[in-house]
Amino acid sequence: MNAASKTLFDKVWDNHVVAVEEDETLLYVDRCLIHEGSRHTFDTLHERGLTVAHPDKVFAFSDHYIPTDPQARARGVSSVPDPEIRNMIELLTSNTAEYGIAKYGWGDEQQGILHVAGPELGLSQPGIVLVGADSHTSTHGAFGNISFGIGSSETTHVVATQTIWQRRPGTLRITIDGALGFGVTAKDIILAIIAKIGIGGAIGYSIEYSGSAIKRMSMNERMTICNMSIEAGGKAGLVAPDDTTYQFLNGRPFAPKGKAWDEALAYWRTLPSDPGAKFSKEVTIDAGRVVPMVTWGTNPEQSLPITDRVPDPAQEPDVEKRTEFNKALAYMDLKPGMPLTDIAVDRVFIGSCTNSRIDDIRAAAAVAKLGHAVVPAWVVPGSESVKRQAEAEGLDRVFTEAGFEWRGAGCSLCTALNGDQLKPGERCGSTSNRNFQGRQGPGGRTHLMSPAMAAAAALRGHLVDVRELARN
Amino acid sequence: MDAFTTLTGIAVPLSEANIDTNQICPTRFNKVPRGPRFAQVLLHDRRFNADGSEKPDFILNQEPYRKAVIAVAGRNFGVGSSRETAVFGIITFGIRAVIAPNFGDIFFSNSLKNGMLPVRLPAETVDLLMQQLLNERGAQMTVDLSSQTVTGPDGKTYHFDVEPLSKKRLLKGLDEIEHTLEYGDAIKRFEQGHAKAQPWLVS
Ligand code: SF4
Repeated sequence: MNAASKTLFDKVWDNHVVAVEEDETLLYVDRCLIHEGSRHTFDTLHERGLTVAHPDKVFAFSDHYIPTDPQARARGVSSVPDPEIRNMIELLTSNTAEYGIAKYGWGDEQQGILHVAGPELGLSQPGIVLVGADSHTSTHGAFGNISFGIGSSETTHVVATQTIWQRRPGTLRITIDGALGFGVTAKDIILAIIAKIGIGGAIGYSIEYSGSAIKRMSMNERMTICNMSIEAGGKAGLVAPDDTTYQFLNGRPFAPKGKAWDEALAYWRTLPSDPGAKFSKEVTIDAGRVVPMVTWGTNPEQSLPITDRVPDPAQEPDVEKRTEFNKALAYMDLKPGMPLTDIAVDRVFIGSCTNSRIDDIRAAAAVAKLGHAVVPAWVVPGSESVKRQAEAEGLDRVFTEAGFEWRGAGCSLCTALNGDQLKPGERCGSTSNRNFQGRQGPGGRTHLMSPAMAAAAALRGHLVDVRELARN
Repeated sequence: MDAFTTLTGIAVPLSEANIDTNQICPTRFNKVPRGPRFAQVLLHDRRFNADGSEKPDFILNQEPYRKAVIAVAGRNFGVGSSRETAVFGIITFGIRAVIAPNFGDIFFSNSLKNGMLPVRLPAETVDLLMQQLLNERGAQMTVDLSSQTVTGPDGKTYHFDVEPLSKKRLLKGLDEIEHTLEYGDAIKRFEQGHAKAQPWLVS
C-alpha cells in the first residue's frame, strides 16, 4: 500500500481547499442548488443587504410547493388556493429574478425535483463540490463528487461567498458485491444497508459505495442509493465515476462539449479511489441475499424483508430499542408478529427524489400492467422530462388504464408541503425516503418500499411480495 | 448571531432516541418566516392536538419546563431533513443548548450558526443526567462553553469536546460571512487556479 493513495473523497476535497483555520476548511463550492423552500436564505440576503457572489453557480427548482395535480398546473400559479403555498412559489420567482439566478420553474420544460432535474441538466459532474438546500443532495454524489445538504444559514453563506466551512468527515466504504435477485432493486439494497448500520450509522462519515453490484447499476439506480445516504446519517454518498457516468452526462445541457469534454474526461478518469486507499471504516453487503424490503416503523432503519413479520418488542433484548419499537408500533397501529403482507394500505405514492426517474416509472408500470389498483395510487414523475419520456413510451396510459393517477412533476406526497397529504391515520405505501411520524401529513403512516413493490401494493390493497405477482 | 458563553437554568429531559427534524419542526411550518411563532412550532405535533389544544402529557407543556433553557435528549437528535426551522423552534422556545450522545450532521451545523450549542456527551453520561432530571423535576444544569463543561443537577461536572473554530465563533458571536469575506483574496486566487484546471465548470 502506498501512503499517497487517496480515496475519491480525498481527491475532490483536496482540490477545493481555499484555506484552513483551526480544525475547519474553507471549501470552494462549484454549484449550489436551491428550491422554493429556500425563502429563509433570501430573507437573510435582503435583511443584510448581501449580494450573490456567482449567480451563475446557483440553480433554483420549483418542486416542494408546486402542485402536481395536472389541472391545477394548467390553471397556473395564480390559482393555487392556499396563499402561503402560492407565496412560496412566487417568492422563488421574484427572488431568483432579483439576483439573476437560473430557475427551472412552473411551466419550464426542465422543471422538476432538484435531485432529479439537476442531474438531467448535467449539473452534477464528477470531481465537483455541490451543495443543496436540501438533505437529499447526497443524491448527486452518484456522479463521483462531494455533494451534501445544508441549512439556510449555510446556504446564505455559500451564495454570498461561494465557499463553505467544513470539518473533514471520516470515510466509510460500503462494498456491495453480488447479483441482485429477481424483483430486488437499488431501493431494497439501500434499505438493507440502513437496517444494518442504523440511522446514525454513518454520522460523521462520507460514504463511498463500491463493489460489483454498484458497478453494474445505471446512474438512476446509483442515485437511488446515494439519495438515502442521509438516512444513515451520512454526510455524503459517492460512487466512483466510470463509463456509465460519462455516457449519462455526454450531451447534457451543462456537460462540457468538444475539446472541453475530452479534457474533463481525462480529469474525471483520475478520480476513482486509488487501489490501497484507506477508509476510516468498512461495511460489506452481499447483494444476492437482499430481498424486497419494506419499513414497518417510523424511521428508515426500521425495515424488514417483505417475507418477515412485524417485530415483537417483547423479544427485543435492548431496553431502549424495545421502547422505540413499542412507540413505533403504537404510531403505526400494527400488531407484533403479524405478517408484513397483512398490512393493508389506504393509498400508494410512487415518486420522490429517491424513486421518480424513468427506470422507476418503468418498473412500476411493468407491475401496474398486471392488474388494477384497488386503492388510490399516484404516480408523480420527478421531472417534466421524465414525464415526457414516460408518455412517449406510453407508460402514462399503462397507469391510467390500471386505475393509477398520472400527475405533474414535483415532491408532492413525499413531504406534504404542497397540499398533497395523507389524512390522519391513513396508511401509504410509498417509494419516498422518510417514514418519520407525520412526514406525509399529520398522523399519516408511511411504509417505504421500491416502485415495483408500491405498484404491487396498489393492485392488492396490502403489502405484498412483488416477486409473487411478477412470477405468475 | 448571539454569543454563547455560559448558561444555567432548568433542563428538560427529552427521554427518547431519534427525535428527527420532522418532529422538531413539522414540514408545514417551513414556510413560516422567522419570528415569535416558532415558539409554538417546536415539536408541534407532539405538543398540540389537531384542534390546537395542548397535550398535557407532553413534558414541554408542564411547569416548570415551559422555562427550560437546556434539553437533554437520546441519541440521533436532529437527524433527517436539513430544515433550519428546527433550530428556530428550539431557540425561540428558549432552549439554547441540547445535550445528546450524537446529532444529525446538518442539524449540528445549523445549531452552531444560530448560537445554539449542541453538546455531545457519552451515552452513559447522558443516561446519568437524564435519570437525575427525571428524578428531580425542574432541576437546573449549567453549560459553560469556555471551560467546555456541563454541570449536572448533582453538581458533578463533565467535560465535552467542541471544535475550536466553532467555539471561537460562539464565544464572540462572530458573524461567519464577515469572517469569510476576510478571505476574499484567497477565494479569488483559488477561483483563478480552479478555472484554469477545470475550465469546463466556468459558464
Ligand atoms: S422528493 Fe421529498 S425528499 Fe426529495 S427533495 Fe422533495 S421533499 Fe425532499
